[in-house]
Amino acid sequence: MTVEPAEKLLAPVLSAFWDDPRSWTLDTYRRHEGYQALTKALAMAPDDLIAYVKDSGLRGRGGAGFPTGMKWQFIPQGDNKPHYLVVNADESEPGTCKDIPLLFANPHALIEGIVIACYAIRSHHAFIYLRGEVVPVLRRLHEAVREAYQAGYLGKDIKGTGFDLELTVHAGAGAYICGEETALLDSLEGRRGQPRLRPPFPAVEGLYACPTVVNNVESIASVPAIIHRGKEWFRSMGSEKSPGFTLYSLSGHVARPGQYEGPLGITLRQLLDMGGGMRPGHRLKFWTPGGSSTPMFTEEHLDVPLDYEGVGAAGSMLGTKALQCFDETTCVVRAVTRWTEFYAHESCGKCTPCREGTYWLVQLLRDIEAGKGRAGDLEKLADIADNINGKSFCALGDGAAAPIASSLKYFRAEYEEHIERGGCPFDPARSTAWADTSRTEAHA
Amino acid sequence: MSSEVSLGIPELPAPDYPADVRARLETDAREVIARYPGSRSALLPLLHLVQSEEGYVTRTGIRFCAEMLELTTAEVTAVATFYTMYRRKPSGDYQVGVCTNTLCAVMGGDAIFEELREHLGVGNDETTADGKITLEHIECNAACDFAPVVMVNWEFFDNQTPESAKQLVDDLMAGREVRPTRGAPLCTYKETARILAGFPDLREGAVEATGGAGPASLAGLRLARGEAQARVVGQRGQTPEHAPPAQPPQDDADLHATPTSPSPAEHPSSHDAPRQTAESDPAHPADPVGEHAEQEEGDR
Repeated sequence: MTVEPAEKLLAPVLSAFWDDPRSWTLDTYRRHEGYQALTKALAMAPDDLIAYVKDSGLRGRGGAGFPTGMKWQFIPQGDNKPHYLVVNADESEPGTCKDIPLLFANPHALIEGIVIACYAIRSHHAFIYLRGEVVPVLRRLHEAVREAYQAGYLGKDIKGTGFDLELTVHAGAGAYICGEETALLDSLEGRRGQPRLRPPFPAVEGLYACPTVVNNVESIASVPAIIHRGKEWFRSMGSEKSPGFTLYSLSGHVARPGQYEGPLGITLRQLLDMGGGMRPGHRLKFWTPGGSSTPMFTEEHLDVPLDYEGVGAAGSMLGTKALQCFDETTCVVRAVTRWTEFYAHESCGKCTPCREGTYWLVQLLRDIEAGKGRAGDLEKLADIADNINGKSFCALGDGAAAPIASSLKYFRAEYEEHIERGGCPFDPARSTAWADTSRTEAHA
Repeated sequence: MSSEVSLGIPELPAPDYPADVRARLETDAREVIARYPGSRSALLPLLHLVQSEEGYVTRTGIRFCAEMLELTTAEVTAVATFYTMYRRKPSGDYQVGVCTNTLCAVMGGDAIFEELREHLGVGNDETTADGKITLEHIECNAACDFAPVVMVNWEFFDNQTPESAKQLVDDLMAGREVRPTRGAPLCTYKETARILAGFPDLREGAVEATGGAGPASLAGLRLARGEAQARVVGQRGQTPEHAPPAQPPQDDADLHATPTSPSPAEHPSSHDAPRQTAESDPAHPADPVGEHAEQEEGDR
C-alpha cells in the first residue's frame, strides 16, 4: 500500500488564490477565470441550470447539508410573484470560521454564484445578510458589489441577456439566531430575529411572503466552479452522497490552525497529520466536527470520514466543518458550560423549552464547574437537555443539547470528579495558547 | 442598589433632532430605505445610522426610525433591544470586545479579559472615565483559527495575549494610531456604525488594508502548494531554524508597524507560519484549479 502524503489530499478551489496580494478584487478574480461560469450559465435555460446544480450533488455548506439544487427547484415558477435569493452570511456558530475569511479574500466568488443562482430561480433581487460584527468583510463586500455593478455583472440587462438583478448587502446587528433561515428572514424584514413555524417553507413563503431561497455563502460560492469545471469534475471529489470540495476549519490546540480546502470525506487524522498535529507534547481530548452544535467526538473518531453520511453514522453531524480541537489540558465541563451560556444568551425566547431549559442548564453547569454540584445533577442535566432537544421551532435548542448529551456520554467521569472533589481539577492557565511558552521561559 | 419606582405621568415623547441633523439623517435614511422592496427592512440599518450620530440608540433615534418607517416607537424599541450591537447607553469611542466563547476562552480569552478588566478598572459593558474604551466580552466572531481574538470596533486583532491586549488599550487611550491584524486603521465607533448602516468606507486604503487573507486562512493553500512543510513543528514560542518567520501580506509592509500588532517574530503562532523559501511541488496532483487542471481531470 502506498501512503500518499496527507497534504496532497488538499484541493484549493475557493481558496486557490487567497495569497494573491489583491485577492479580493475583480481584476484578480477575472485573472483566475472569474465570471466565466456566468457566461456559460446565462447561455443555459434556467431549468437546465437548476438540474445541473442538482446533478452535481452540491449540498448546503451551512450545516444542514440539504441539496442546493433541490432548494432551487422548490421555487414555484410562473407564479407572478417576486422571487428572492438571500445569502446567509451570518456565520456565528461557535468554531465556525470559513465564510468570513472566504468573503474577506474572495468576495467575487459569492457574487458570481449569486448572479447564477438568481438567473436559475428567476430572482431579480438578492440579499447578502452579513453578520454585523465583521466590518473588514463588510467593506470588501461593499467594494466588490460596486465593482460588479460597474462591470455589468449586476444591474440592468446583465451581459446583454436582458436579465436584471439588484444585490443588497445587509449588515445584521448581533444575534446568533439570525443564522437560522426563518429568523434571518424576519430580521431582514426589520423584526426581532425569531424563527417561523414551518410550513410554509421559505421556498413558498419566505421574504415578504414570496418564494425565497436561503443559501449559505460557501454553497453559493461553490456554484461558479461547478458550472465552469463541470459537474463530473465536482463529483470526482468526495463520495457519492457527499461530492465535491469544501473548507475545513482547524482551530484550537493544533500546531497549525487554519483553513484547509479539500474533498469531502477527509479525516481529522489526515488534517492533523498535514497540519503538524496537536501542539507539541499534547494529545487530542475532544473535538467538534462542525461547530459547538454538533455532538463532540474524541480521539476514537479520528478516522471518521468528514462527510455528511460519515459523520452522521458516527453519531454527530458534519455541520460547518468547524474542527475545534481541545487537548488534555482542557476541562470538558468548562467548555460545555461556556457553550451552554452562549445558547442561553442567544436563545430568542420564542419557545419555552429552549428559553427556560438553557437557563436552567447554565445554573446546573455553573454549580458543577464551581464544585457545588450535587448527586443527581447529571441526571437532571441530561433530562433537561432531552426536554429541549427536538422540542423547539428551530435547531438552536438541539444545538444546546448536543454538547451536553455527547460530553456526558464520553466524559461522565469528569463531571462526577467535579462533584466528588468539590471543584475543577484543571488549571486553565495550561490551556492557553502561550502556556508552554511561559513555562519554558519560567524554567529558563 | 436602590431602584426608584415612578408612578407619575408617562415619559414625554423624545425630543427631535435639531433641524439640520434631521435633514441630513433623512437624506441618508431615504437612501437606505430605497434599497429594499419593503421599507421596514431598513430598520436594522437605520438603527446603525442613528447610532452613528449619537454613539448609541437614544429615544430620539428610536423616534426618528419610527417616523421614517411609519412604525410605533414600541415596535422600534422591540427590535433595538433584541440585537446586541445596539447600545442603550453612552459608550466609548472604542469598543474592545474580547471573545470569551469556549475556544477563545480556553486559548486565553478569559485571561485577556481579566487582565483588561484589572488594567482598565472597568467591568463588562463599562466605559473608562475618559470615555475612550468600552470593555465587552463578545461571542464567537468567526476567527477561531486566529484565537484568542479581540475585536476593536469590529476590526480583527488576531492571536492576542494579555500583554498585546494591554498595549492595545494603552495605545488607544494615548491616541496613538492602532492597526488591526485584519481590517482597516481604526475609526471611531460612530464612524463604524455608519459603515454598518450601508455607507461604504471612503477612506483611502481602507478596503485594501492588511492585504488578502490572514496567515491562518492560508495554512491549507500553502501546504497544497508545497510552500509549507508538513509535520515539522517547532516548540511553541521558540523560533526553530527550519521555520523562518512569516512574511506580512505583501502590499502592506507596515502592517506590523505598531506595537499592538505583534511582529511576525513574536506572533504566538509564528512557528506555524508558512515557510519563506520552500520548494514548491510542480507535480502536485491535488490542485484542480491550477494550470494543470485539465490533465488532472483525466487522472481522477
